Amino acid sequence: MDYFDPHIHMVSRTTDDYATLARMGCVGMSEPAFWAGFDRGSAASFRDYFRQLTEFERSRAASYGIAHYTWLCINAKEAENVELSREVIAMIPEFLDRPNVLGIGEIGLNKNTKNESIVFLEHLDLAAKYNELILIHTPHLHDKYLGTRMILDMLVSDARLERHRVLVDHVEEHTIGEVLDRGFWAGMTLYPVSKCTPARAADMVEQFGTERLCVNSAGDWGPSQPTAVPNFIFEMRRRGHSEATIRKVVYENPLAFFRQCHRFQFSPRQ
Amino acid sequence: MTPEKSVGSPMTAQQILDREFLEVRARIVKIAATLDRIDRSAAPTADAERMELIRQGLLLLLGNAPDRARQVQMLFSLPYQTDWPQRLGVPLENRG
Repeated sequence: MDYFDPHIHMVSRTTDDYATLARMGCVGMSEPAFWAGFDRGSAASFRDYFRQLTEFERSRAASYGIAHYTWLCINAKEAENVELSREVIAMIPEFLDRPNVLGIGEIGLNKNTKNESIVFLEHLDLAAKYNELILIHTPHLHDKYLGTRMILDMLVSDARLERHRVLVDHVEEHTIGEVLDRGFWAGMTLYPVSKCTPARAADMVEQFGTERLCVNSAGDWGPSQPTAVPNFIFEMRRRGHSEATIRKVVYENPLAFFRQCHRFQFSPRQ
Repeated sequence: MTPEKSVGSPMTAQQILDREFLEVRARIVKIAATLDRIDRSAAPTADAERMELIRQGLLLLLGNAPDRARQVQMLFSLPYQTDWPQRLGVPLENRG
């Protein structure tokens, strides 16, 4: 089955992973800007990173017939440095006209601090001014519920933002309902350990339906599986769900969300 | 939650139990072995708070609520309070 992975950090993956994903049906992916595992020291580092996301990874994916899209921001872990964050946010518009840029992301909170909130609000302001889609990172583990509620409060406080143009990622059993009920899109991120599994994601599809719901692999430099979306497809098939139901979550939904970006272009396989 | 949009499970309860029984059994044994290991260790843990969270989490599994996963997630979550913008000094009024 053709599928999209709407949240995968391919800068952390080998070229062999591109080949594997192509063989498993991946036809498109979007890669949010994120933390490199260490705090970067200058805005110039982010300029190079944004070039990597908009030029090199796009080319590397194309070699395997995969359409690569990306999101730009300074992530929540580095947002404690407000001065650096503001330099990066000021630089982002230089890249917003690049053809594979979908919007601003993954922005959000990590430890739910004041500085993270300030930088998150300034990213929202940037997205509103440029009419960009937004991809949200919600915190993990014991910070997730509080951080998700704080993020939703900040999103709804800005009347310029349209909820159907915001995807709130890393939802789990205790946050998915609030996100969907308020009209946002939701993403379930599948990890081999400690976070959401393909089986639990399938449980949430069964409980909450397929509207405005996506699954992704994260595929970052930590313990993660770039093939997590095919694993989800396999789990859904084992349970007896229809191909139409599965395709809605792993293909049609990401496409529907991305098509709200005026730059987005994609040709389905014939 | 929007139950009118739920997909539901195509599997019967018996089919799910048949498929999951051994895995659930293995996970229960793993938790039991971990608790035994903590008890056997030379220096007892002083982290009563986290041990109590584990105990409460296990009790939630024994209930009949239809949303045990959500309840366990909430047990292990920091609480949310609506006045966080005032406490953090992050005003949300007059935005946008």
